Amino acid sequence: MVQKLDTLEETPSQTAGPYVHIGATPNFAGIGGIYPEDLGLKPFPDDAEGERITIRGIVHDGTGTPMRDVLVESWQANADGQYGPGTQGWARLPADQENGIWTLETIKPGAVGAMAPHIALWIVSRGINIGLQTRIYFDGDDLSADPVLARVEHRNRLPTLIAKSDGPGSWRFDIHLQGDAETIFFDM
Amino acid sequence: MTLIPRARAQHPLAYAPGYKTSVPRSPKLALISMPATPTEDTGPVFGQSMLGELDNNLVLNLTGDPAIGERVLVHGRVLDQSGRGVPGALVEVWQANAGGRYRHKKDGYLAPLDPNFGGCGRAITGEAGTYQFLTIKPGAYPWPNGPNDWRPAHIHFSVFGHAFGQRLITQMYFEGDPLIPRCPIVNTIPDQSAIDRLVAPLDMNGSKPHDFLAYKFDIVLRGTRQTLFENKKEGM
Ligand SMILES: [Fe+2]
Repeated sequence: MVQKLDTLEETPSQTAGPYVHIGATPNFAGIGGIYPEDLGLKPFPDDAEGERITIRGIVHDGTGTPMRDVLVESWQANADGQYGPGTQGWARLPADQENGIWTLETIKPGAVGAMAPHIALWIVSRGINIGLQTRIYFDGDDLSADPVLARVEHRNRLPTLIAKSDGPGSWRFDIHLQGDAETIFFDM
Repeated sequence: MTLIPRARAQHPLAYAPGYKTSVPRSPKLALISMPATPTEDTGPVFGQSMLGELDNNLVLNLTGDPAIGERVLVHGRVLDQSGRGVPGALVEVWQANAGGRYRHKKDGYLAPLDPNFGGCGRAITGEAGTYQFLTIKPGAYPWPNGPNDWRPAHIHFSVFGHAFGQRLITQMYFEGDPLIPRCPIVNTIPDQSAIDRLVAPLDMNGSKPHDFLAYKFDIVLRGTRQTLFENKKEGM
């Protein structure tokens, strides 16, 4: 026998289920009057410095169907590559209940150390037993020295992490849970 | 915050065919493991000032008139992996009403809505990581999966610690519920001792005579506070 370690195990995850929006964004879910507004409506105040951008995307399940009950959270640095203060940089992106499109109106993040500009995403829904971590990088940025992307063995999968411009200040980033274009998910 | 790599064996499998919706919603390729970066080590900071007075009182917070059901206090601490309380953590909960019905347009279960029950609450932990909610015990409910699957009574929890990499959603179950071992969602977790850590014991010492019962539910987030021997990560 040996001594017991003092560290505790993390509490196990469980799926967010079909009604995650009741807890996370009740006003969006049609439950008004409890909170004045939902948390995470926008990541930065309107007067924050930086280039204003809009990113839209759909999370597709393994059959290609848009996941209309998905909740995405985003976390990013400001235009100077700094995190915070307060809740700045964080947003909650409930998918549109009709078409599954989530929309992030934000500012383009700056590089963080050697990491190229990126936005971390955390994806939960019914059927996802533990939240999925991924990242948005931006087409046209120099990604060659990014230490996270450098660790990806299958270089042909890198495009799944790179948003494509589809207009001035407008970006598209679709996520695929399975299939030929399965998005890279991280454990970090 | 120093994030400790996630012990995946303590968590549910992504692909758990007993829970049918996980089949098309689980990545097929391996996750890419790497050390956390400043992006995962940091996270939003929530302040007590954003909370309303009844935010952690699900019995009253929809209309001010009490919801129907068994009154329970759910309380506990948010801890890091070294057992220290995590202050300032945002804890959000949602649940069905006493009949097992959610206030959601997609929930068509025949149990009625309670006009005084919304089903959500939130709290921010105190100095020692403590939180509490007053609520009603949710009912069990049937759900489309197998031909006759029922969810045990449960409360959904979403927790923010100090780092985005700690982000956790889970569910709390109630001691003694015979539906727990029969639940395909519970059984996405392969390790029985991990399942046990989601079951809140009845806490008679925390109850209030003639008012409410209590259940205790502690939540452990990834990571510990910074240690003396931490090296700065190369190039990040
Ligand atoms: Fe539920």
